[in-house]
Amino acid sequence: MNGSETPLLTVRELRVVIGGRHILHGVDLDVAAAGVTALLGRNGAGKTTTVRGILGLVPRTGSVLLDGEQTIRLATHTLVRRGIGYAPEDRGVFAGLTVAENLRLAERRGAGEPAYGLVHELFPELRQRARQPAGTLSGGQQQMVAIGRTLLNGNRLIIADEPTKGLAPKVVTEVAQVLERAAQAVPVLLVEQNLAMVRRLAEHCVVLADGRTSYRGPAAQLLADADAMRRLLGVGRHGAAPAGAVRTEEGGV
Amino acid sequence: MSTVVLLALTGLGLGALYFLVASGLSLIFGLMDVLNFAHGALLSIGAYGTWWAASGHLPAAGSGGFGFVLAVAFGTATGALAAVLLELALIRPLYARPREQVLATVGVGLAVPALLSAIWGADARPFPGPRALSGTFGLLGAQIPVNRLVLTGAAVVVLAALKLFLGGTRHGLVVRAGVEDRAMVTALGIDVRRAFTLVFAIGGAAAALAGALGGLYFGSVDPGQGTSLLIFAFVVVVMGGMGSITGAALASVAVGLVQQFANYYTTAGLGDLAVVVLLAALLLARPRGLTGRLA
Repeated sequence: MNGSETPLLTVRELRVVIGGRHILHGVDLDVAAAGVTALLGRNGAGKTTTVRGILGLVPRTGSVLLDGEQTIRLATHTLVRRGIGYAPEDRGVFAGLTVAENLRLAERRGAGEPAYGLVHELFPELRQRARQPAGTLSGGQQQMVAIGRTLLNGNRLIIADEPTKGLAPKVVTEVAQVLERAAQAVPVLLVEQNLAMVRRLAEHCVVLADGRTSYRGPAAQLLADADAMRRLLGVGRHGAAPAGAVRTEEGGV
Repeated sequence: MSTVVLLALTGLGLGALYFLVASGLSLIFGLMDVLNFAHGALLSIGAYGTWWAASGHLPAAGSGGFGFVLAVAFGTATGALAAVLLELALIRPLYARPREQVLATVGVGLAVPALLSAIWGADARPFPGPRALSGTFGLLGAQIPVNRLVLTGAAVVVLAALKLFLGGTRHGLVVRAGVEDRAMVTALGIDVRRAFTLVFAIGGAAAALAGALGGLYFGSVDPGQGTSLLIFAFVVVVMGGMGSITGAALASVAVGLVQQFANYYTTAGLGDLAVVVLLAALLLARPRGLTGRLA
């Protein structure tokens, strides 16, 4: 991280215990005030739990500063209203609601006029399919709804949890383009397994292993260091990655 | 023929009562995962509130004409208020502890009828209603009590109002989304607890209205009425699919009709059993209920 700029989000010693099991043992991460910060790690390292912990969707302790303000005791909805857009791992789209209703639900009072112009410009399909139940959309279209919701309110931070998971290569490219464009205006915390996405989008990255932070630093530096990549992410030097390792394919990006 | 008509309309009237209780129960369970065993108590509060007001205790309210409408409104409002208090005082503090929550609602469900018997006695009290609603009318050779139509009409109005609320308002949108995925609603910056209170108020009002109009149907009020209706309302909720208002409406009609016809054409009491058999058969064929929604 560039030492001179203050991070937008500062997470320290984030711990999560669910049902007596320690999932996070003290995660430290910073989200830079601009650009994309990638959150990496093998399956089960605690990436999604970290995001859910930051948002208060799971009981957590530690410190989460948003623009210097402590948020660890805030309820999820109060924290989100301070300007966070969240696209969860399972997309969190309401299947029984139409596309238009899904977007309308995300409108926040006091956040200014909802930016439908921007959302429809990025995803023209969402306008065409406005009256379609979101449950009948393809995975890629549902992801458009999920990302569209985060762009509606002029948020200060966007958190996207594996937005390209399970999508066709063409759609992955589309999602990458949208996130790239969004990141020009709003900092993004991106949980990602697709290293091609990380290479294209991220300036900073944080790697988790077993519920702890194992690396924080510039993304380019990590991606260029084959030893560190193997050690931290299980990415092999020659093609095939072991089970649970980060995907290395450049699929679609 | 006249018997069939009478049974059908009485079954519809009974189904209307079930719907009024079950609609709130279904929304509460669908949104909050709370099995509200105190819902019958809300019905009893509505019934006694209306009875109390219609018996001349509330100025301007009475047993006839506009006075009776006022009495029903009073009973319904009392039920809604009781539901809001229940949600704020008992359900909300126990939100993270579902087992205790169920026990608390069971406790209220037992305490309210006991309280009502302590104040007004355990015996049924004759329910004062307008003369126009206690008569009958002829249809295809059958003499149908007017109150069956009043009940069915009220249920249709409540169904339409609920549909409008759920489909056409922002609060309704929050409730529908919350039934699907409560956590995601909060992650969009919405305080879902406000929807909880609202749904309790609506459910309480509908149950209390069932109590008020049930007084007309049964001709009397007694402290145990709510509890006995609640069992069938639960059957309706399970059959209709948790959180589905249309499902609750369809299942209410089915349960009311099956119960009436079976009780008449077989041994009395077998109708109640037939309802349970119907539930079992439906759950075997469609585990998610009539509307195919997951609980």
